[in-house]
Amino acid sequence: MLELLNVTAGYGSITALHGVSLRVEKGTIVTLVGANGAGKSTTLRAISGLLPVREGKVLFEGKELTNKRPHQIVACGLAHVPEGRMIFSNLTVLENLQMGAYLRRDRAGIASDQEFVLETFPRLRERTWQQAGTLSGGEQQMLAIGRALMGRPRCLMLDEPSLGIAPLLVKTIFEKIVQVNRELGLTVLLVEQNAHLALEVSQFGYVLETGRILLSDRSEHLKTNPAVQAAYLGA
Amino acid sequence: MNELLQQLINGLSLGAVYALIALGYTMVYGVLRFINFAHGDVFMVGAFTGMYFGRWLKPLAAAWPEWLFASTVLLVSMLSCAILGIVLERLAYKPLRERPRLTVLITAIGVSLLLEYAGQLVFGAAPRGFPSLITSSSISGIEGLHASNIQVIVLVVTALLLWGLHLVVMRTRLGLAMRALSLNPTAARLMGVNTNVVISFTFGIGSALAAAGAIFYASLYQAIDPFMGVLPGMKAFVAAVLGGIGSLPGAMVGGLILGVVETLVVGYSQLLGIPPGYRDAVAFVILILILLFKPSGLFGKTMREKV
Ligand SMILES: Nc1ncnc2c1ncn2[C@@H]1O[C@H](COP(=O)(O)OP(=O)(O)OP(=O)(O)O)[C@@H](O)[C@H]1O
Ligand SMILES: [Mg+2]
Repeated sequence: MLELLNVTAGYGSITALHGVSLRVEKGTIVTLVGANGAGKSTTLRAISGLLPVREGKVLFEGKELTNKRPHQIVACGLAHVPEGRMIFSNLTVLENLQMGAYLRRDRAGIASDQEFVLETFPRLRERTWQQAGTLSGGEQQMLAIGRALMGRPRCLMLDEPSLGIAPLLVKTIFEKIVQVNRELGLTVLLVEQNAHLALEVSQFGYVLETGRILLSDRSEHLKTNPAVQAAYLGA
Repeated sequence: MNELLQQLINGLSLGAVYALIALGYTMVYGVLRFINFAHGDVFMVGAFTGMYFGRWLKPLAAAWPEWLFASTVLLVSMLSCAILGIVLERLAYKPLRERPRLTVLITAIGVSLLLEYAGQLVFGAAPRGFPSLITSSSISGIEGLHASNIQVIVLVVTALLLWGLHLVVMRTRLGLAMRALSLNPTAARLMGVNTNVVISFTFGIGSALAAAGAIFYASLYQAIDPFMGVLPGMKAFVAAVLGGIGSLPGAMVGGLILGVVETLVVGYSQLLGIPPGYRDAVAFVILILILLFKPSGLFGKTMREKV
């Protein structure tokens, strides 16, 4: 469904990705784990068009997305929940969700998706009129995911949804990710530093190190891989 | 008392012009976080467009009602400046979008000088008379009070334009995109906002409002020249800072306050012991005071984001 072929990208004179290739099959949860600065966020930014791809290709549902602009890529059904959530803190929760449906015009569909999001994240329903900036970190993450779902994407890319969030909420959020993956058949590319959790919920995983894919395997195999255990699972 | 009321009317109509220009500064700042120092010169081009087009149209429109003639000139000037604003952004600022802000700022100053001296070349350096769009008459209700009909029209039309802007920003998709972009550009792009379109739109609207301000200014003061945009432009910038740069209501209120204060200082110069020649200094004294005491301006938000 989503495929990267030898993608190189970077910032100015820095090359952060050195020919990254990966595949995400339809309907699966695939994770990309790696240490700080490995290039996980950079990979997502290159896919969603926030950062130019210098070499290589990004393919989505057979279409080439390489160096399309972000709004064109969202329109293709590929949503990116960025690191740090980036909600619109001065807008209400409801307005944030409506921004997620910015490209859509089917009012009925938007309304039913909004209902679905509020159903999935009841904490948001209690706070629809609250300014998004006043939500807790975990609630903001739920909002960021809910907002992305409002675009009715076919593939969702999540950048460290567990970052800076209380463990209990992290658990809830990961359950919801699995739930939308099952219920909506939504394909998920999950970037995480918390490799433990990520390998738990995903079917397939990639390990990224300094801009290169080091390992790739079924998640259950990665979990028991001694190298992964030593470096990322703290075993 | 009437004297004060008189000064208020003069001040408000001047303030309306400042407010219209200030909106352009503040809107562009909102989406791009930079001060378009060429904005005052777009205002100047608006006045000249109005003058040339008005002179050309006048004989053809001899049979038209006056309001139709005046609004045609106003609309044509607004439209031309909208196009000018969009083109300037595309040519001068867009290529620098990923560059440091300072580069863009310096480019804006260059564009400003370019417009001023090109204006001098094309329009001539000498002040030109602005054609009268509406026959001026004095509305005198209370004795001792003479508001001209033009002042009143300026205030009414400005109010209409501001209301229209409010609707565009709050009720349309492009307005929503504009707000989203000014709140968080990356998030806005990830929601599907086409930044180029929104930025063009913002420049277009801002420049059109400046052109409206120019037509009003030229109708109130009747003389225009290629450097006429410099002072009103700087004062409108002060107005935008006074209101809180990035805030639309701030720009409106800041413009009105600045117009009124400036007019009062001149009107009561003897009383205040300030020579009327200091009129242009008023704005800059205000700027220094805001920067010292409330840099975020009247409506400015100190945005705090949870990380
Ligand atoms: N805006 C930037 N400008 C310059 N270099 C950057 C920028 N953003 C990231 N980098 C560099 O690119 C490399 C990859 O960064 P990236 O943010 O993709 O890492 P990451 O795997 O997401 O790390 P983390 O887990 O800390 O989020 C790092 O060496 C980083 O310093
Ligand atoms: Mg990251």
